[in-house]
Amino acid sequence: MEPILQLANLKKYYSDQKAVDDISFQIQEGSIFGLLGPNGAGKTTLLRMITGIFYPDSGVITLDGAPFDPLNDIQKIGYMPEERGLYKKMKIGEQALYLAQLKGLSKSEATEKIKYWFRKFEMETWWDKKVEDLSKGMSQKLQFVTTILHEPKLIILDEPFSGLDPVNANLIKDEIFNLAKKGATIIFSTHRMEQVEEICDHIVLVNLGKKILDGTVTEVKQQFKENIFSIQTTEAISLENNAIFEVVKTEQYKNLVKINDGYTSNDVLNDLLKKQVQIIGYNEVLPSLNDIFIQLVEGTHSSARAFKPIQ
Amino acid sequence: MNKIWLIIQREYTSRVRNKRFLLVTFLMPVLLVSLIAGSAYLSASGMEHRKIAVLDPNGFIKTALKNTDQISFEFPNNVDTLNYKELGYTDILIIPKFEQNKKADYILRSKKSMGLMLQNSISNKINSAIEDQMLQEAGIQQAVLDSIHQASQVAELKAYEDKGKTSKESNASLAMGIGYASGFLIYLTMFIYGAMVMRGVMEEKTNRIAEVIISSVKPFELMMGKIIGIGAVGLTQFILWISLIISLTSVAMGMLPADVQHQVTTLQQHNGQMVGGMSQASESAMRIYNLQHTIQTANWPLIISCFIFYFLGGYLFYSALFAAVGSVVNEDPQDAQSLMFPITMPLIFSYIITNMVTQNPNTPIAFWASIIPFSSPMVMMARIAYGVPSAVSYWELALSMGILIAGFIFTTWLSGKIYRTGILMYGKKPTWKLMFKWAFKKS
Repeated sequence: MEPILQLANLKKYYSDQKAVDDISFQIQEGSIFGLLGPNGAGKTTLLRMITGIFYPDSGVITLDGAPFDPLNDIQKIGYMPEERGLYKKMKIGEQALYLAQLKGLSKSEATEKIKYWFRKFEMETWWDKKVEDLSKGMSQKLQFVTTILHEPKLIILDEPFSGLDPVNANLIKDEIFNLAKKGATIIFSTHRMEQVEEICDHIVLVNLGKKILDGTVTEVKQQFKENIFSIQTTEAISLENNAIFEVVKTEQYKNLVKINDGYTSNDVLNDLLKKQVQIIGYNEVLPSLNDIFIQLVEGTHSSARAFKPIQ
Repeated sequence: MNKIWLIIQREYTSRVRNKRFLLVTFLMPVLLVSLIAGSAYLSASGMEHRKIAVLDPNGFIKTALKNTDQISFEFPNNVDTLNYKELGYTDILIIPKFEQNKKADYILRSKKSMGLMLQNSISNKINSAIEDQMLQEAGIQQAVLDSIHQASQVAELKAYEDKGKTSKESNASLAMGIGYASGFLIYLTMFIYGAMVMRGVMEEKTNRIAEVIISSVKPFELMMGKIIGIGAVGLTQFILWISLIISLTSVAMGMLPADVQHQVTTLQQHNGQMVGGMSQASESAMRIYNLQHTIQTANWPLIISCFIFYFLGGYLFYSALFAAVGSVVNEDPQDAQSLMFPITMPLIFSYIITNMVTQNPNTPIAFWASIIPFSSPMVMMARIAYGVPSAVSYWELALSMGILIAGFIFTTWLSGKIYRTGILMYGKKPTWKLMFKWAFKKS
C-alpha cells in the first residue's frame, strides 16, 4: 500500500531550541498511527507542520502522493489540537456550520453532515444551545464531530480522550476504528500508553526533537522483549536459578523467569519437564509500551528540557 | 477569499445580533439628546436669583443696570455692608464716585460668591455706562449714542471664502463644531472598535479556538476577517446613527406649528426674505431658517466622504496594532493594559492636537499632524471642516490619504507577523521587545 503521509528529514528550529530535529517516517493509508513522546518532545510542532500551520525549516512532507500544499490540502486533513476550544457565545449548530464551511464545505452539504453526526452522537437537541452551556466532555464530543465532519483522509487527534467519561470515550474510540475501517488514516497523539496499545497499529516515539522509535506495536514489543516467560503451575513450586534461566519473581502458582543468552524457551520447558513440574500455562511476557516509554525517556531529562541557544 | 468572507460574516453577525449592539445603537442618540436637553434645562432652572443692593453716588449708572431673570438691582439708601443680608439682599455693589481719567474700583460683597459670567456681565454694564457718560460729557447727544448702540447690534460678521470666481459663505464656528465633532467621534471609535478587535483576538487565544481555526485558514485571514468584520459593525453603527438623527430631525420639524413651517419654506425659497404681502416671519421661523442656512454652508458630501475614509483608514491603522497586542497577551488582562499604552498614547495626543487645530487649522503642527498617520484621521478631519481647498489644499489631502493607506498596509503587515506567532504562543510573558522580535524575524 502507498503511504498516505511521508515525512522526510523534517526540521524546525526555534531560536532557543531544536523543536523538531531531522525526523522522517511514513504512515500507511487506513492505519491508526500513534505519535508518542513526553511533554515538550516536539509532537505539537510536528503536528502543526503536518497541518500546515507551521512551515518546516527544511525537509519534505508528501501527502497522498504529492508534495504537501497547505492551502489546498486543508480539506484532506481534520485536526483536533491539544489546545482546543470553541466560541463560548456562539450557538452550537452555527458553530459546527461555521467550522465546516471554513473547511470548504458548502452550507447545505455542511448542514446535512452535521445533522447526520448529531443524530449519531445523540446531540440533536444541542443545536440552539451555546457552548458555555456544555460540560467539558460534551464540548469535546462536539469538537470531535467538527474535526471529522468534512470526511478528511487524514485525521489528527491530539489527546482526544482527555476529559471524557468512559462511555463517551468508548463512543469516540469506536468511531475512530470505524473511520479507519472506511479508509481514513488516523494520527493519534497522546502520552496515555494503554490507549495506544489498544488502538494503534504503528507508533513513532519522539524525544528531544528526534525520532527514537518507529514500528508496529508488535515489532516494538518484540524489539524490547527481555526473554521473560511466565510459568504457571498447579501447585506452588519454587524454581532456582540455573544455567538456562534466572528467576525474576515468584508468586504462589506463577514464576517469572528470564532466559539466559544462548538458550531458547524450549530449553526451559525441557528442563522443567525433566523436573516433573506440572505446567498449566507457559507464555512469553512482553514489555508494555509504558515500560518501553519510561525506559527510553527516563534519564534524558526531557521532561525538564533545557532551553539552550542554538549555535 | 471565500473563507475570509465567512470570517467577516461571523464577526459581523455575532456582534450586530448582540443585544448590546442594538441597545448602544438606539439608546446612544437618545441618551445624547436627553443629556444635552437635561443639562440645558438644569443650567436654566438651577440658577439662583440674586437681589443686589447698589450704592451709587454717580446717579447715571442706575439706567444701565437693568433687571434680568437672574439679577434684580435695587437702589436703597439705608444699606451698608453690615446690614445688607438682614435687609434681604444677596449682594451689595459699592460704586465709587467716578472722576475723569481717575481709575477707581467698585466693590461687590456677596453672601455667596458670584459666578464669573455674572460678574462679567455686571462689570460690562457698569463700564459701558461709564463710557456712555464720558461720551456724553464730551458732547455727544443721547440720541446719537442710542443709534450707535443699535447699529452695533444689527451688524453681524459674514465671512466669505473666495474659490476661483465664486465666493461662498463660510462659517467658522460651524467649521469648528464639525471639526471637533468628527475628530472626537473618530477618536472615540478608534478606542471602542480597536479594543473590540483586541478583545476578540484575546478571546480566540484564551478559548483555544485559534489553533482549530488556523488549521483551516491562514492566521492573516483570521486577523483580517476580524478587523474587517468589526469595522463593518462600526460603519453600520454610524449609518444607523446618521439616519436616526435625520429622521428624528424631520419628525421634530413635522411637529412644528403649520404657519411656522410655511414661513420656513418661504424663507428657503426666497433666500431669507419674506415676500408678497406676507407678515414678517416669526422669530422661531427665522431661527430655524438661519440654522438650516448655516448648516448648508458646509460642504457635506466632502465632509461625510472624508469622514468615512478617515474613520476606515484610522480604524485599519490602529486596529491592526490592537490585534497584535491581543495576540501576544496570554490570560492576564493586565498585560493587555500595559501593552496598550504605546497605542493609546498617540491616540490621546492626537486628540489634544485636534482640539488645538479646530481653532486654528493652518499652523505647522496642524499640517504635520494631519500628514502623520498616527494622528491624521482626527486632525485632518478638523482641518477639512474649514474647507477644501481653502484650508487644506488638494495635494495635502492627497498626501495625507496616501500616507494613511501606506500606514495601515504597513501596520497590518507588521501585526500579521506578530499575530501569526503570538496567537499560538502560550505561557510567554508578552513584551514589546518580544513583539518586535516576531515582527522582524525572517519568515
